Amino acid sequence: MALLGQFPALAGVDLEIGPREVVLLQGPNGAGKSSLLRLCAGLLRPESGDATILGIDLAVNRAAVRRSVGLLGHDTALYDDLSVIENLRFWAEVSRVDPNAVLPALARLGVQSRLNDVAVRHLSAGQRRRVALAAVVVRRPQLWLLDEPHAGLDQAGRDLIDQLIRDAAKAGATVILASHELDRTVDLATRHLTVAGGTITRDVVVGAGGSDVA
Amino acid sequence: MWSSEPEVAMWRDARLVALKDLQIEWRSRTTFSQVVPFAGLVLVLFGFALDANRPVLERATSGLFWVTVLFVSNLAVQRSTSIETTDGARRALLLAGIEPASVYVGKAVAVAVQLLLVEMLLVGGVIVLYGAEIQDWPLLIATCVVATAGIAGAGTLLGALVAGVRARETVLPVLLLPVLAPVLIGATRAFDDALGSVAVDGWAWLGLLAGFGAINVVLGALAYGVLLEET
Repeated sequence: MALLGQFPALAGVDLEIGPREVVLLQGPNGAGKSSLLRLCAGLLRPESGDATILGIDLAVNRAAVRRSVGLLGHDTALYDDLSVIENLRFWAEVSRVDPNAVLPALARLGVQSRLNDVAVRHLSAGQRRRVALAAVVVRRPQLWLLDEPHAGLDQAGRDLIDQLIRDAAKAGATVILASHELDRTVDLATRHLTVAGGTITRDVVVGAGGSDVA
Repeated sequence: MWSSEPEVAMWRDARLVALKDLQIEWRSRTTFSQVVPFAGLVLVLFGFALDANRPVLERATSGLFWVTVLFVSNLAVQRSTSIETTDGARRALLLAGIEPASVYVGKAVAVAVQLLLVEMLLVGGVIVLYGAEIQDWPLLIATCVVATAGIAGAGTLLGALVAGVRARETVLPVLLLPVLAPVLIGATRAFDDALGSVAVDGWAWLGLLAGFGAINVVLGALAYGVLLEET
């Protein structure tokens, strides 16, 4: 169980996810999807039960878990008054990853090079989202945690995200994404989890049939 | 490429955070366009209020200087806190795996640098507006540095404490100003000596200020991680 404030955000989640899996979390607002992502990122502490992320016990070493994941939430964690490059170089340096990976990551996300020196405050919502995703790419995480990754993006941006997710899984990473855009993400995912009331009610492995958990 | 020594890594991260905050301030010009005019205005208004009684103004110069600095420190800490809370950067700092003590030291240093710049201008202000004469420059400079370290240390910690509070703009000064009362008292006495306006041992007061600053900084470095996690 994990608490959000004083309220149980997750209760009775029993889940094992392997490498190369692309897991889609679906469910209504407030079901616990974002809380599950935050728990996997080491940002929420399990109040009871066990949680092992990438082989690391969450109760023992949350810092190690955090360093190994890439989380894209609703916020972009970008500083408005710094340029795109300055933002990404800062996050690369404090995350102990190679700052030289910044430019290729921005190119991969389709961020035009003319925007590199532009202050983030001047970017559109979609451009900000791409830059935030580039920050995740720079970290080369073993576990990708994406909360509504397609939100605010145009068609080309959405296609890029899909390709990014496929490539990450192909390279051996695990991807967990929460999304309401089922028409797009259902085909992308190799496994569908339905979350409701802070627990997983349905677990379907694509091609292997589904099972009601609760 | 990066040092594996935890101490070296901590100072390196603190430097990165401090440079980032100062870079943001330089770009946004908040200190120069808002904080400095505010500080100047407070100094001028104090002057208006007490100018009719010049001896009182001269005796009160040190206190007015440090009250102005406390008002400015509230603005600087508000700004420093909002940099991390506006778009979820606090969470990203946790995910980066950076030591909370590094974040604390970096942010406190950035606040201190801004306050020292404002204090330099305010010293010029009290010389020009209040006719203050500096008798002991080393004591004055040492007081500014030591008091500012204490203010920045306590302010950064309290800024993190109220970061998750909806009305943090009003809660912060209510917490910060009482906590900084010892700085106000110590720095005012030390300044009195530096200005030659009151016969006190300014260096002894400076020692007290240093003790207060050290407690604040150590407490902040230890507690900041908990606040970063919980707020």
